[in-house]
Amino acid sequence: MKALDRKLLRDLRHLGGQILTIALVVACGVASFVALRGNYASLELARTTYYERYGFAAAFASLERAPRSLLADIEAIPGVARAEGRIVEGVLVPLEPGVRPISGRVVSVPPHGASLNRVDLRQGRLLEPGRNDEILLLEGFALARGIEPGHRLPIVLNGRRREMRVVGLVASPEYVFAVAPGDLAADPTRFAVMWMGEEAVAAAFAMEGAFNDVAVTLQPGASERAVLHELDLRLEPYGGLGAYPRARQPSNYMVSGELTQLRSMSSVVPAIFLAVAALLLNLVLSRLVLLQRGEIAALKALGYHSGEIGLHFAKLVVLIALAGAGLGAAAGAWLGAAMTELYQHYFKFPNLEFRFDLSSAIGSLLVTLLASGIGTFAAVRGVLRLAPAEAMQAPPPARYTRSWLDRLELGRLVGTAPQMVLRELRRRPLRTLLSSVAIASSVGLTVVGGFYYDATEELVRTQFFDVMREDVTVTLTGPRPERAVRELGHLPGVLRAEGRRELPVRFRAGHRFRDGVVIGYPEDAELRALRDKNGRAVSIPPGGLVLTDKLAELLGLEVGDRLTLELREGSRAHEEVTLSGLVDESFGLQGHMHLTALSQLVRQEPLVSSVLLQVDPAHSRELHRRLTDLPAVAAVGSRDELLQRFREQSAGMILVFTLIITFFAVTITFGVVYNNARVALSQRSRDLASLRVLGFTRAEVSAMLLGEMGVQVLLAIPLGLFFGRGLVWALGTTMDPETYRLPLLVTVRSYAFATLVTLIASLLSALVVRRKLDSLDLIAVLKTRE
Amino acid sequence: MTVVTPPPDDSILRAEGLTKVYLMGEVEVHALRGVDCTFHRSEMIVLLGASGSGKSTLLNILGGLDVATSGRFWFRDQELTAADQKTLTRYRRRHVGFVFQFYNLIPSLTARENVALVTDIADDPMSPEAALELVGLGPRLDHFPAQLSGGEQQRVAIARAVAKRPELLLCDEPTGALDYRTGVLVLEVLQKINRELGTTTAIITHNAPIARLADRVITLADGRIVGEERPTEKADARELTW
Repeated sequence: MKALDRKLLRDLRHLGGQILTIALVVACGVASFVALRGNYASLELARTTYYERYGFAAAFASLERAPRSLLADIEAIPGVARAEGRIVEGVLVPLEPGVRPISGRVVSVPPHGASLNRVDLRQGRLLEPGRNDEILLLEGFALARGIEPGHRLPIVLNGRRREMRVVGLVASPEYVFAVAPGDLAADPTRFAVMWMGEEAVAAAFAMEGAFNDVAVTLQPGASERAVLHELDLRLEPYGGLGAYPRARQPSNYMVSGELTQLRSMSSVVPAIFLAVAALLLNLVLSRLVLLQRGEIAALKALGYHSGEIGLHFAKLVVLIALAGAGLGAAAGAWLGAAMTELYQHYFKFPNLEFRFDLSSAIGSLLVTLLASGIGTFAAVRGVLRLAPAEAMQAPPPARYTRSWLDRLELGRLVGTAPQMVLRELRRRPLRTLLSSVAIASSVGLTVVGGFYYDATEELVRTQFFDVMREDVTVTLTGPRPERAVRELGHLPGVLRAEGRRELPVRFRAGHRFRDGVVIGYPEDAELRALRDKNGRAVSIPPGGLVLTDKLAELLGLEVGDRLTLELREGSRAHEEVTLSGLVDESFGLQGHMHLTALSQLVRQEPLVSSVLLQVDPAHSRELHRRLTDLPAVAAVGSRDELLQRFREQSAGMILVFTLIITFFAVTITFGVVYNNARVALSQRSRDLASLRVLGFTRAEVSAMLLGEMGVQVLLAIPLGLFFGRGLVWALGTTMDPETYRLPLLVTVRSYAFATLVTLIASLLSALVVRRKLDSLDLIAVLKTRE
Repeated sequence: MTVVTPPPDDSILRAEGLTKVYLMGEVEVHALRGVDCTFHRSEMIVLLGASGSGKSTLLNILGGLDVATSGRFWFRDQELTAADQKTLTRYRRRHVGFVFQFYNLIPSLTARENVALVTDIADDPMSPEAALELVGLGPRLDHFPAQLSGGEQQRVAIARAVAKRPELLLCDEPTGALDYRTGVLVLEVLQKINRELGTTTAIITHNAPIARLADRVITLADGRIVGEERPTEKADARELTW
């Protein structure tokens, strides 16, 4: 090995702590990139291949009922490649007697198998034609419930209970993320999707020769918008509920949302780390170069070229970056695999596996090298440009000047030590600024970590405690006369029952439209509260319509504007209404009216489609048993259980996320403060030793050195809190607002947490440096030649 | 000023009218004010002068470590006056060995490795071990600078300078940081190298007795050569006292 390379290795060892902290920052950047990018690529690949293999449709529509002959008309729409009609109905699965039945969905399968949205057989066999008691069950549900092929399952089909035999477990591109309609959290144990022979389903729901759901694929180059429009026109006479593209298909929609977030995170987070790493390398390397000024001059005197010496320092940077990247790639692979495992719980892609993307790892390494190369280039070039004779001299004393600050004679007020700190900071304003910005980025990351907790808690508080006041929601199989409310009200333990009508509509304002529901409430409704964005109660004016504020924004509407409701039930008329108010809601896009006004609009007697119940907990079990037996009940939801699931699901994710992000943030803060302090220590050990010789105590001398870091940290904290708020806002823009709106809220608690984490990390790194400072050898320092 | 003109084939380094002006803060410092000189093959030259007389500046320029403000100089037939950094580096790498007052060893490298720094890049070097043997440090090959005395460090520096078999050995106050005994030891080594390898050696010193080692003594004051003499009798380093 060449002597110069030996020097490199010894330098590396000498710089141990600093190298380690920088390599860790690099590692965090590379790890986050490898993990996030890898998951993005894996998920995207799993999605594309899965959809292709099982013929996932390009557009979907539900309707009331149409004859199968209509399918030919649909296939004749220009741009449509193929159309398949199905019967899709809600069912109940009373797994255990006396316990609230599980809601489910049955999908019909043509006698010779579906051509679109084909199921992926995981266990057992497919349906045999003519066997009307066989079903295929969604694998996620079956596994969660311990159901295997061969088991029999009780199903309530159209109010009639039947025993069905599970012959196979399947996955489906339509139910990768399976969440029951109206549910807020995915729970594989609570949503049973099953596939049944077309004949059997048609018989159970009196749908012979008809379909109520259609899926289509498009020809290459077809206009999706035009096809959806034509589809709506064809289905309108048959109770069409509005066609929607693959992008709005619930399961795919969730997958896409996750992909969007992964993509933006995978560029923002690593970028922060790599920028900080470049800054730290610049800081440490420029100091090293300055410290080795004499050595560099000697090397030049010995006949080394500037290029050779530059390469020597470049190797140092490359080694640090390589070590960091290696560690980061390994950690990223581990973290990425763990993330994928977590995803496998939510997204049932049988082919989802973490792919270590070598090119992304190499890419991030190259970016690191580039960033750190730029960081070090300036520092090394400065010394290499000096003539060796000049470089061999000690650098001239640093230039200090008196500033307007000095003219204020603050020195007399604050003392000499703080003045030294101030002058030092002022002499290197760029370093102070960049260090503060780097620490601020870590504060910002911690704020984001806190935001997820805050937002979820706020969502829980408003949604589960302010808005939902019912204990149980009973969804009926279809709109029913109001006496259904009275019947449910008489069930044991029911304290209050309120009926609601959920009417599917298309909200239209000019060329903009959205599909959703208008909910009709009784005039004395108490179980659901509507709030505006300031948290004040909103009451629905008689005959008026109130919209989710986001929906109004999407349609470009303000209070007082007119809009059209294209009704999907009853009269199916297009009605002009005036927007009379806005409500702030976390989920979905909907309108709210009084039930009477809604009924007048559809020209029907008052009907209800769901009933909210307030229940005496003592009778809860009996109530659920009775609800199971009612044929008109399609689904039963309990607020407490929903809340519990929501918490379970989010709590684990949030904890992991917060831990990782806090670790990342601490790495940055520690790296910046520690390296800054070490550099300052080596630059000023002579001054500080001189001060000690003059009689200053260790504490006083430490205060002078660490005061500088303190100022940087104190500058960084407000900047970081502000930055964190900005990051949260930016994250908000990556979330699609149409189904789910996290309140973009950061509480004082999170700001305090971020501040505290930063202070503790800074203090720890300062303490490490303080120990070095305490062991300063006064005589040796003074004896060494400048 | 008496300038001794040598036979042309014998000269290895020649300078004419060298000046050097530094800017120290806002003050112009004239370190050299027109220096002419010639070094000959295998000569042992001592440059005497008080601190600030310009002797280090002269040596730095002649060694290619610094660039003159005006004037010209040649190494053999090659003019190096306006040479670029690349040419100067090649000149130092092939032909010049330096010894500094403060040794300028790389603290993170052992004695052997410090010498290897040079042998790694020289065309026809001796081995680091041989170079260290030459300065009497054979047994201390693997010590770091911090584990060596000042005299030993300086001898490592000399070994490092001569390992490439340079034509020119330039020593800037090689005994300046050493006590008498170790100083003599270092001078002995320099004398030995001059004798055995025939390396042209220039020693800067403000210590007049050292001039007794020289074939020729050049005295500088205030940036000019003010005297040049050839001692009638060359002393052995061991005979020196100061």
